[in-house]
Formats: sequence, structure tokens, C-alpha cells
Amino acid sequence: MIDASQVINSVLERHGRDGTRLMQILRETQESLNWLSPETITAIAAGVGWPRAKVEGTAGFYSFFHTQPRGKYRVLWSDNITDRMLGNMDLMQAMCKQLWLEPGHLSEDGLVSVETTSCTGLCDQGPAVLVNYRAIPRMTAERVEQMAELIRKEIPVADWPAEWFVIEDNIRRADILLGCVMAPGEALKVSLARGAEAAVEMASNERSWREAVHSADPGPSVTLDEIKKSGLRGRGGAGFTTGLKWEACRNAPTTGENATRYVICNADEGEPGTFKDRVLLTRQPDLVFEGMTVAAYVIGASKGYVYLRGEYRYLLEPLNALLARRREQSLLGKNILGRAGFDFDIEVHLGAGAYICGEESALIESLEGKRGVPRNRPPYPVTHGFLNQPTVVNNVETFAAAAMIAGRGGDWYRSFGTAKSAGTKILSISGDCERPGIYEYPFGVSVRQVLEECGAKNTQAVQISGPSGICIAPKEFDRRIAFEDIPTAGAFMVFDQSRDIFEVVRNFMHFFAHESCGFCTPCRVGTTLLKNLMDKIAAGHGTQYDLKEIHQLNSVLQISAHCGLGHTACNPLVHTLERFRPAYERRLKSLDFEPAFDLDAALSQARQMTGRDDADAHLSNELETVSEKA
Amino acid sequence: MMSDTFNIDGQEIPFTPGQSVMQAALTAGVFIPHLCYHPEFRPHGSCKLCTVKVNGRPASSCTLPAAAGMEVESNTPEILDKRRSLLQMLLVEGNHFCPSCEKSGNCQLQALGYELEVFTPHFNQFYPNRPVDASHPDILLDLNRCILCELCIRASAEVDGKNVFSLSGRGITKHLIVNAESGKLGDTDFALTDKAAQVCPVGVILPKRIGFAVPIGQRHYDAAPFSAHVDEFKPTAASQGERS
Amino acid sequence: MNAPRKLKVATASLAGCFGCHMSFLDIDERLLDLLELIEFDRTPLTDIKHVGANGPVDIGIIEGGVCNAENVHVLRDFRANCKILISLGACSVNGGLPAQRNHLDLRDILKAVYSTDTGLASGTQVPNDAELPLTLNMVHPLHEVVKIDYFIPGCPPSGDAIWKFLTDLLAGQTPHLGHGLIHYD
Ligand SMILES: Cc1cc2nc3c(=O)[nH]c(=O)nc-3n(C[C@H](O)[C@H](O)[C@H](O)COP(=O)(O)O)c2cc1C
Ligand code: SF4
Ligand code: SF4
Ligand code: SF4
Ligand code: FES
Ligand code: FES
Repeated sequence: MIDASQVINSVLERHGRDGTRLMQILRETQESLNWLSPETITAIAAGVGWPRAKVEGTAGFYSFFHTQPRGKYRVLWSDNITDRMLGNMDLMQAMCKQLWLEPGHLSEDGLVSVETTSCTGLCDQGPAVLVNYRAIPRMTAERVEQMAELIRKEIPVADWPAEWFVIEDNIRRADILLGCVMAPGEALKVSLARGAEAAVEMASNERSWREAVHSADPGPSVTLDEIKKSGLRGRGGAGFTTGLKWEACRNAPTTGENATRYVICNADEGEPGTFKDRVLLTRQPDLVFEGMTVAAYVIGASKGYVYLRGEYRYLLEPLNALLARRREQSLLGKNILGRAGFDFDIEVHLGAGAYICGEESALIESLEGKRGVPRNRPPYPVTHGFLNQPTVVNNVETFAAAAMIAGRGGDWYRSFGTAKSAGTKILSISGDCERPGIYEYPFGVSVRQVLEECGAKNTQAVQISGPSGICIAPKEFDRRIAFEDIPTAGAFMVFDQSRDIFEVVRNFMHFFAHESCGFCTPCRVGTTLLKNLMDKIAAGHGTQYDLKEIHQLNSVLQISAHCGLGHTACNPLVHTLERFRPAYERRLKSLDFEPAFDLDAALSQARQMTGRDDADAHLSNELETVSEKA
Repeated sequence: MMSDTFNIDGQEIPFTPGQSVMQAALTAGVFIPHLCYHPEFRPHGSCKLCTVKVNGRPASSCTLPAAAGMEVESNTPEILDKRRSLLQMLLVEGNHFCPSCEKSGNCQLQALGYELEVFTPHFNQFYPNRPVDASHPDILLDLNRCILCELCIRASAEVDGKNVFSLSGRGITKHLIVNAESGKLGDTDFALTDKAAQVCPVGVILPKRIGFAVPIGQRHYDAAPFSAHVDEFKPTAASQGERS
Repeated sequence: MNAPRKLKVATASLAGCFGCHMSFLDIDERLLDLLELIEFDRTPLTDIKHVGANGPVDIGIIEGGVCNAENVHVLRDFRANCKILISLGACSVNGGLPAQRNHLDLRDILKAVYSTDTGLASGTQVPNDAELPLTLNMVHPLHEVVKIDYFIPGCPPSGDAIWKFLTDLLAGQTPHLGHGLIHYD
């Protein structure tokens, strides 16, 4: 029997009883105690000196924290549309049958639960599951059976067949970034050397570089110049110019006792269909850490965090090992590469199942131990970020590219891509194609070329940059992947002619409703209304009236939602209503109105209680034009 | 010295630096609908009833710093239409049966519904199953009507120093919780005299044994509509300070 | 010039309390003015059983929400035979007080009413007479079952509100209820 208070105490000790580390405290406690009981929450709250309700509020926000008892095994089926296309629903049903349970409910013996979760970033090797937060790709009927057997026999997940847990990288096309061979530390050394060169020509009479003003070491500013020269723009979606972001942060004053700046790597990668950051963190993690360290050098930061999505829990140990190696190599820690005062270290923080935490200000809230709710802006993170200090948040790929630029120069980088979109972009390709996986292209590549190279046939539509991105039809396949045409965070989901676009969109609307943080009225309520409308149309009860409702809800979300999730939640609907309207219309009733709910089903309980089944004990869902009843 | 001005629906509004559009408007006696705004607290920006367009771009007026020369659209048919939808969303999300609610006549959600002529909740009712907590000796907590404005949370944390309330859940399952392992208000240090007991804009936090004390006709919003009460919402010195 | 044809109006009470109908009568002597403009088809005040039996109806007015199968039939009948359908009163607009049972399981309610020994003779069963309409799992507002053209909230709406609304409508204007006339309670 595990002693709960001992577990909680040692976790608290490990984290210095620091409430801003609550996410890690909750996760580590749960990993030992299986769930977060009311008593556990009380103890943790006391330990970090926070109001109990605040700790409960954080625990209650994240899908991967349990404030209700749960089984020894929790099986979560990744439920992206690509998993669906690979048959995940049938497999999940089969698993439930074999384990004698209903999806979403704990088995009667309290041993196991089986349910769905948002995209786990294994779209090129689905259908995927998480078992106790360990990723297992390529599920098959046979594997379902074996897994059910292991669960019934209560074999610990750690003893399950190791090959089940193998995650493929599936790199199909590497370019400068995935193909980059740079020794760890090279970019940093080049940056320091560049500074030394420049120093020869510069007078040095200003404050220290930590104050982010040019100093004895002009290295930070000349490195910043290279980043600016490169034209690098953020790879996480919004496409903000990286050099300008770093400069704004570098120029923002630090405040208070622990005055410093922070570098945060956004590895939340929650956008369904995106998995390139996972592969970067597997194949080029040194480059990512190096980019963060370059950023720290430029802006004068002392601490960095990688916010790693909980779905990638399995990467935690290898990344920590790599960080330890980099410390040994003097690429992290105090006086990096012998440069006095260049102190910087990196820590990996795990998320816990919340797409919204990819939004940078929600990410920061989460990193501070709070509910992942986007902040009011202004002020922006570059001036008031983590712990209210100037903070740079960049995507994994952005940091990797920045490291290359620091090492090879801005002009070199600019020579790839298009005039307005410098460099390359990594695409995560999934869905109907022969070779799903990772493809790195110089910006400017056409959708058509990508489709050809991944072996897509009879393509009906491509969803680029995930549900919040854009859905395009064949006549647009000559459009290009670039900030000036189709910008993307990386997802590239292919749907061939056999797919029902309506079901694709319905899956996305369920995703948004599930992932809305609930802060603002339009998104909290609106995404659920939209989800319900899609379900109504799917059930064959939709009318033109419902399509009008969709447009109204879209306009409300556009004008009043608090953050990008709400603003883009209707994109899949709007894009596909423009391009694939028949996918909706063929499901609609010709009538202009249908009841909001299934009338006949609404009599089910009364039928059950009265035992009646006569004609009058039923209601048709069609409007009777002439009724004999009154 | 002339102070700077901006413009709402054609009317010039003076402002002092640091004021939000909402604060400046209310100070000038111009009404912008709001629910999560409260003059004594920092702006929150969650209800979105105060949505306006500034130089053609949408923004929440309670969190947007005023700036000279801004062109703000507020009472346009387009924006009023969206505000109505937002109110309707709040109405269907909870269980609002005004005839049996003690707050009726004094309720801001209801008053705003009247102001904007919301005749119907329009959307399909969620009819959520939400608890009523009667465990506290002096206060009833009827969560059926909570609109999640977080005013009680802010008041309890910032004024009372008690942190009685917080939120849990996410998305449509987001809900108010209290600071007790039992989850019961009666097990917290909440008191009738707390600021948090005074701020709820709707009928959630209700003093017990008062009932429908004020007769219909004399309730807060009986005589004059919400918009005629701007003076009560003018910013105080405290709320003019730092925004976050 | 001929006097305009009188508009035909029908009314019904579903899961309501008749409060709204009482309020309708409460428009007092103005009812006589109104009768210059309208004539009644089926209402609880007339003998006509089937809405529209005497030709199409211009305006249907319904109080009360939808709580059983019969309510659904009446409501659909109204929708099929009325050009304009008005949802009158809190119960028809959002389910009102009857909808406060919605968070309970109907089976538990029926059990509690019929099968526990409070008042009813022991052994009483949930009635299964085919003449009785079955109860819906939940009470619903009218607009979730048929398309509604106008709503007049209130429990009940005041006579003045009904008067203002109808006279606006009859005058061909979008009805407005200013402060004091619109209310939800
Ligand atoms: C709902 C939402 C989810 C997001 N998810 C991610 C994400 O998973 N990864 C990411 O890098 N950026 C994400 N972003 C964008 C970030 O807010 C931010 O712009 C980005 O991390 C900045 O890095 P970059 O400039 O390098 O792109 C998301 C934004 C929104 C609104
Ligand atoms: S738009 Fe959605 S996700 Fe964004 S703040 Fe509002 S509720 Fe949260
Ligand atoms: S809180 Fe306001 S809107 Fe809700 S029931 Fe009470 S009076 Fe009506
Ligand atoms: S209880 Fe009242 S004050 Fe608190 S969040 Fe709910 S509506 Fe707002
Ligand atoms: S008052 Fe501005 S968002 Fe609520
Ligand atoms: S039926 Fe009119 S008030 Fe309920």
C-alpha cells in the first residue's frame, strides 16, 4: 500500500512547494496515486500555500487529471478524423465488448475505462491509443484482443510488448532543417565568435548584456540581426516575424525581485493532424535546445521551458537526458561555453490534455500552475509573460530554424523558400495517401506537388493547418504553401473521393467544443451549439434553418470570441459550406424546420413506464399537415 | 489642458490615459452593455456583451484601452444582433426561470434582455443539471443561474481575502466551485457581509430568509432600464489603476 | 372602400396555467376594439375544436410549453393552419415552471407520483390507458418543436404587452415592447 501523504510530500519537496509548478506536482502525484482525491487536493493546496479551490480548479481543467477515482488502466482512443478513417471506432467498440464496458464508463470491477481523446499526434501511424498516458500507435483488431487480455490479467503497462510503443518518425522528405547536421553547440559558438568580431569594431561603454542593451558583448545584437535578416517567421501558426518578437522582448524592461526574461518553446502541438514537432523533438532535439539557447543569448534570458503536450509524455525522459548532456557540454548552465554571465537552463514541463494551452498566453498561465485560459491582451508576453516578465514564446520548429540561422547566417537561410516566406516548412501528412509522414519543403511548394509526392489519389479535399486552418478543393491544388498564399502550422490531411466531408467537419466541431476553455460566452456556448447542430444534421433532422443558424453562430464567434480558438472554430464549416455544400444539402430535409430533438425518442421513458406501444404512444418527426387529432 | 477624445457612434468621449473604452464611456454617461464588468474590479473580458467595433475591428470595450481618435461603433444593428445572441446563449446555458427567481427585477442579465428586446432564448435549451447548495446558514447558492462572470471569485480574492470561490471544469462543463473539501458552501468561511455576497449580477448568491422582499414595481430595474443606471457603474479610483 | 377582412385568430393552452389567457382577457375594453379587427377561430373561449376547420387562420397564439404527445399534435396543427404563430408567456418561451422538472428522470417522477404510497391507493400503477397522452421525457419550449414567428415573454405577459404586441402586428409593424412591457416574470 502506497502511503499517500508520503508520496505527496516527496513530490512537493521535489518542486520546492512552488505553486507555479502545480501542473508537474499534480501529474507526478497522480502517476503514483492513480487519481487526485479530495484529500490529495487539500494536501497539495496546503503544501503550496494556495487556496484549495484554486488547486481543484486547475486539476479540473485538464483532461488528463482525474478528480474522480479511475481504473488501474485508462485507455484513450485518439479521435482525430484520421484515426476515424483508419477504423478507430470499430476497434474501440470491440475493445469495450471484450472488456464488458461502455465507452466513457469505468468497468464494474473498477479496473479499466475506455474512451476517446483529442488527436494524439500519431496520425501517420494510427489508429492510436494512450494507455495510462503511454502512446501506442497502429492499433489492429488483433492488438485490441491482446491488450484486453493483458488488462484482464492486470499485467502492468510497463511489461507490455515493447514493440507496441515504438513510434516511427516516418521522415519522407528532409530538407535543410531535418537534414541539418550541426554539432551541438556550433550555432552558439558561431554566435559568440560573431560577437567577438563585432566587438573589435565597437566601443563598449554600456550596461551589461543581461540588461538587453548593447554591451561589451555585441554578440546578442549581431545575432539578432542575423535572425532579422533571415526573414524567419513563426512556425506555430500566426507567423509573426521572429526577429521582431525577440527584439521587442529584449527591449522590454524586467521587473521585481526575480527580474529576468524567459524563453518558452511551444511543444503543445495540439492542432489535429500536426505531428512535426514530435519528430523534431525526436530527431533534432539538440537543434531545438540550441535555438532556445540562442534566443536566451539574444534577449538576455536566464530560464527556458519546453511546454510539452501530455500526449508526448514518452519523450520526457530522453529530453531530460539530452538536457543533462548539454549541461555537461557547457551548452547549458552557468557561464555557457565559458562566456561569463551567460547563464541559461532549460526545463521540460508537461501539459495534461488541453489544446488551448498551445495558445501562448494560455500556455503561460498553465506553466504558472493555473487553468489554461488565454489572457487579455495587451499586454503581450514579450513584455508581460511568464511570472509577468518579458517572455519569448516560439514554436519548436521556429527554434530549430533559428539555431540554423545563428550557425549559418541570415542570408544563407533567405536563399531558400520564396521572397516573402524564407526557408522551409515541415508538413505532417496524414489521411488518404500512400506515404503518410513528415515532409520538409522549401516554402512555395504547390499543394499538387505535395499530393503527388505523398501518393495521394482521387483527392477530394485537403485540410491544411488543421481544423482551424483551411479546407481546399481540387481546383485550388495549384495554390502554394507560403505565408502569402496558404500559411500552415504543418497539418496536411488528405481526403479522397470516398470520404464524407460532412463527417470530417462534424469531427472537427466535436473537437472544438471539447477543447474550448470556456472563458468567453460565445465560444463556451457557441461551440456546443454548433456541435449539436452538426449532430442534428447527421441524424437526418437538419434543414436550411439549421444552416442559417450556423452562419449566425459563425458571425457571433468571429466578432466576439476571446482568442483564436473561438475565432477559427467555424472555419471548417464556412470553408466546406463554400466548397462542398452538397455534402450538407443531401442530408437536409426539404422542410424549412425540424424539431430540435427526436420527438419519438422523447416518449421513450413514458412508453417504458406504461408498457404502451400503440400508435398514439409514438410521434413522427415529420410535421403532420392534416391532423385528425386535436 | 484638453483631454484626448475618441468617438462612440458619433459622440465624442473624453478619456484619461489608462481608462478603458468602457470606463470612459460610462464616465461620459454613455451606456455600453456589460455583465462581467464591475466598477470596483479589474476588467475581466469574458461575457463579451460589451463587444464593439473599433476602427472596423471587433474588441471588448471593457478591456480595450481608450486611445485618441478611435472610431467606436456600439449601437449598430450588426452589433446589437450579436449581443442578443450572446444573451440568448447565456439564457439557454443555465436554467433561468425568472418567475421563481428572487433576483427577478434586480437581475442584470434579465435587465439587459429587456434593454435589447430579447423576446426568446432562441437556441435550444441545455437544461443542465446544476446543484443548489443550501448548506450555508445565511446564504443560498443556486448554480442554475450562474453566468460564470467570476465577480464573486474576484471579490472574494481581492476584497475579502478569502478565496471562497473558484472555477473548475472546462468549456461547457466549466462551473463554480467553493473552497472546501466537501464542496459545500457551509464548510467555507463565507459570510453574508462579504463583498462576494453582494456582487453577483444574477440570482446565484442569495441571502436566505429574504425572499421576494421588494414588491414588483419597486425593484431595481422596474422604474428605469439598465441603460438609465450608468451612474452606478462609473469607474471608481480603484478600478482605474493597473489593468491586467 | 371595403372594410378590411377581419383577421382570424386561434389560441390554445398547452402545458400552461391559463394565466396568459387570463391576461389576454385583461386587455379589458380594448378587447372590443380588437374584435373590430379580428375574429376568433379555435380558442378555449369558443367551441371550435379543430384549428383551421373553418378555413386558414391568420394568427395562432399558444401559451404553455410542450410536455406530452397531445401538446405536440395541437402545436403542429396550429403550425400547419396558422400563417403566423405566436409563443405567448414564459412557459411557451422557455418551458417555464413545468420545465423545472427537466433535470429529473421522468421514470423517477412517475414512480414517485404513482408507485410510492403518498396519498394514492396502494398498488396504484402508472396509468397506461391508450386515451391518455404520453408524457415527454422533458418539457420543451414551442420553438424547439415547430417554427415560431413571434414571442411574447412574461409570466404572464401583461394585458398591455399583449395589446401593444398585437396592435403593432396588426398595423403591419415589427412589434416592440418597450421598458415596462417586456418582462420575463
Ligand atoms: C487555440 C490555439 C492553439 C495554438 N496551438 C499552438 C501549438 O500547439 N503550437 C504552437 O507553436 N503554437 C500554437 N498556437 C500559436 C501560439 O499562440 C503562438 O502564436 C506561437 O506559439 C508563437 O510561436 P511562433 O511565432 O514561433 O509561431 C496556438 C494558437 C491558438 C489560438
Ligand atoms: S475563444 Fe474559446 S478558447 Fe478562446 S478564450 Fe474564449 S472560450 Fe476560451
Ligand atoms: S438570474 Fe436573472 S435571468 Fe436568471 S432566472 Fe433569475 S432573474 Fe431570471
Ligand atoms: S455566482 Fe454570480 S458572481 Fe459568481 S460567477 Fe456565477 S454569476 Fe458570477
Ligand atoms: S463586460 Fe466586457 S466582456 Fe463582459
Ligand atoms: S402559461 Fe402563461 S405564465 Fe405560464
